[in-house]
Amino acid sequence: MDLAYTPRQKAFREEVRAWLAANLPREPLASYDTREGFEQHREWERKLFDARLSMVIWPEALGGRGCDLIEWLIFEEEYYGAGAPMRVNQNGQLLLGPTLIEFGTEEQKARFLPRMASSEDMWAQGWSEPNAGSDMAAITSKAILSADGTHYVVNGQKTWSTRASYADLLFGLFRSDPASSRHHGLSYLAVALDAPGVTIRPIQALNGKQAFAEIFFDDVKVPVENRIGDEGQGWHVAMATAGFERGLLLRSPARFQYTARRLVELYKANREVADRDPSIRDAVIEAWTGTEAYALAAYHTVGRLAKGARIGAEASTNKIYWSELDLKMHETAMRILGPLGELTGDAPAAVEAARWLDGFLFAQAGPIYAGTNEIQRNIIAERMLGLPK
Amino acid sequence: MDFTFTDDQLTFREAVSRFLMTEAAPEMLREIWETDTGRSPELRKNIAEQGLTALSVPEDCGGLGMDDIAWALMTQELGYYAIPDSLADAAYVAAGLIAALPAGTASREDWLGRIAEGSIRIAVAHPVNPLVADANPANLLLLAHGDEVHAVPREQVEVEPNPSIDLSRRLARVRWTPAASTLIAGGEAGRALWAQTLNRGALSTAGQLLGLAQRMLDLSVDYVAQRKQFGKPIGSFQAVKHHLADVATKIEFAKPVLYRAAYALAHGEAGADARVSHAKLACGEAAWLGARQGIQVHGAMGYTWEVDLQMFMKRAWALDAAWGDRGFHKARVADAILADGAALGPGHTFEE
Repeated sequence: MDLAYTPRQKAFREEVRAWLAANLPREPLASYDTREGFEQHREWERKLFDARLSMVIWPEALGGRGCDLIEWLIFEEEYYGAGAPMRVNQNGQLLLGPTLIEFGTEEQKARFLPRMASSEDMWAQGWSEPNAGSDMAAITSKAILSADGTHYVVNGQKTWSTRASYADLLFGLFRSDPASSRHHGLSYLAVALDAPGVTIRPIQALNGKQAFAEIFFDDVKVPVENRIGDEGQGWHVAMATAGFERGLLLRSPARFQYTARRLVELYKANREVADRDPSIRDAVIEAWTGTEAYALAAYHTVGRLAKGARIGAEASTNKIYWSELDLKMHETAMRILGPLGELTGDAPAAVEAARWLDGFLFAQAGPIYAGTNEIQRNIIAERMLGLPK
Repeated sequence: MDFTFTDDQLTFREAVSRFLMTEAAPEMLREIWETDTGRSPELRKNIAEQGLTALSVPEDCGGLGMDDIAWALMTQELGYYAIPDSLADAAYVAAGLIAALPAGTASREDWLGRIAEGSIRIAVAHPVNPLVADANPANLLLLAHGDEVHAVPREQVEVEPNPSIDLSRRLARVRWTPAASTLIAGGEAGRALWAQTLNRGALSTAGQLLGLAQRMLDLSVDYVAQRKQFGKPIGSFQAVKHHLADVATKIEFAKPVLYRAAYALAHGEAGADARVSHAKLACGEAAWLGARQGIQVHGAMGYTWEVDLQMFMKRAWALDAAWGDRGFHKARVADAILADGAALGPGHTFEE
C-alpha cells in the first residue's frame, strides 16, 4: 500500500487542471436533453478530443491517450472538481466503447472509436423494449440475416433510449434467431439512426425535456459488418457492457464527491435554517462519508484490477451504492432549500436552487436505469452470496 | 498510488484465519463463556506461540514491528472468529502506547518483550470508555489521570466487575490513586499518547466490527440456503435475498474506509482522526445491519441462545460503542468536514 501519487500522476493532474482552467466554457451550457444543449455539448466534446482528453484510457491510435485507470480517476477528479459539463456521449464512450475494445474487430474499432471519442458520432443505446425491461432476455425485436449474408433486416421497437432524438447511431440487442428464446439467439448490432425505416418518437422526461425516446424499426437494413461479437452471442457481449455500466466507468466517484462538496457548501451557507431539522446535518456528514467510501472503493478496485483481478458481481454493489447516495444527497439539498427547492431555472428567485432541482429529478432515475436496484440486489444475492434462484 | 495489500499481507491474513478457525470454534467460545474469568490461558498460549502477540512490538524488543495496516487485516479475523480474548488491547493498543514512550523509559523494553512473548496482559483504560475491558485478569493497567499516563500493577487497583451481555467482554470499574511511581508520561506527551491510543483502539474495534459483519452474513447465507419453507429454501425469496444483499453492500463499502484509516494512522497523517472515525462509523453500521438482517432471516432461531449467531450479534452490539460511540465519532467527522477551509471533494481522498 502506497498512497502517494507518482510524479507522472501529479504532472498529469496539473496538466488537466491547467487545461480545464483555460478552456472551460465561461457560461454553463444548456441542458444536453435539448437540441441546442446537445450540440453545445458536442462542441465541448470536440474541444476535449482535440486536447486528447476525451477518452484518456483508450489507446492513442483510437483517439485516446493510453492512460491507466489511476490516471483516469485523476482525470475524473479534476474534470468534475472543476464543475465541467456532463459528458453527452457517455453511453457510447463508456458503455459501447469498452465493449468494442473487448469484442470488436480491428476494422470496427478503427471505424467507430475515434469518431466516438471526438463525438462526431453520438450514440444511443437500444436495450429495453416495451415488454423487456428488467427482464431483458424477453427481447422480441428481430434482426434477420439476408439470404446473401450481407445485411440484417431489423424490425421491432426499442424504448427508454437516452437522447436518441439527437443521436446518430444506436447500439443494442436484437433477436437474430427467430426460433430462439430468452438469452439465446441474440446479436449485438450498431444501427444508423438515419437509416430508412427508423422512426424516433421522443419521450418527455420528468424535467419536461426530450431526454429519451422510443425507436421503431421497419425493415431497417443493417450491414453485417455492424454486428459486434459473434452471431447469437449478443447476450454475452451485452452482459459485458452491463458490467461496465454498473461498475466504475459510467459513474466515477469524482462526480459524487463534487456533489457532496456542493452540499456541504449549501449547508454551511444556510446553517441557521437547516439546523432547525437536526437530521439534515447528519445527512450532510453522510454525504461526505458516503462519497469518500465510494472513492476509496474505486481506488481499491482499480488497484486490484491492475494486479489481475476481475470485476464480478460486486459491480452491482457499486450501482446500488452510488444511485442511493446520489438520491440521498439531492433529497438533502431539497430539504435545505425548503420553499426555494421547487423553483425552475426560469425563476428569478432560483439562483443555485434550480441546479439542485435538475440533479434531484435526474437522481430519481438512478435506482431505475442500468438495471433496477432490485435486480442488482438479486445479482448480489445469487452471484456474490450464492443464494438459490 | 497502490491502494491494495501486498501478497505477504494477504498470506498473513490467511494464516491467521486458518489458525483461529481451529483454535476459536464456536463450541470453544461457549465453553469459555461459562468460566469465571472468561479467558482461556491455553488459547492465549497458542496465540502467543503463533507469534500474534509480537506483531506490533518493535523488532529490537523481540517483535515483528508490523504497523496499523497489518492490524486492519488482523482485527477483522479477530472479529470474524469473535475470539474471547483481549489480544488486540495488549498486542496492538497497549504495545503501540508503550512503544511510543521515549527509549530508556523505565520498564519500557521489559513490557514490550513480555507483550511479544505473550506473558503479560495489559488493560488500557482510555477515558472514552467508562469501564475497563479485562481489568481483572490484567497484570498491568494503563490508566489516565488527566493527560497523564500511569502504568499501574494490578494489585494496586480495585476492580469491580460489571457484566456485559457479551460474555466474552469482561468489563470492570477501576478505582485507583495516581502516584508518582506509576507515572510514565504527562503533559503534552501524555495528551499525544492518549490521542494515538484512542485512534488505535477505535481502529481495532472497527476492524473487529467488520469481521463480525462478514461472519454474521456468512452464517445467515448458510442458514437461508438450508432452511426450507413453502417447499423451497427461504434464500430463494427476494425479500430475504435483498436483506442480505444490503449487508454485503455495506461491508463492501466499509472495507476500503478501514484500510484508508489504517494508512492514515500508520503514516501519522494530520487528518487521521476523521479517517479513523469514519472507519469506526462505517464498520459499526455494517455490523449492526449484519446483526439486524441476520436475526431477521434466522427467524425465531435467531432469538435463541442455541444458535451461534447470538455470540456475534452481542459482540457487534457491544463494540459499536466501545472506543467512542457513534455520537463521538460523528462529531469528529463533522469537525473535520465543516471546518473553514476543509479540503473536500474530488482529489482530496489521498491528499489534503
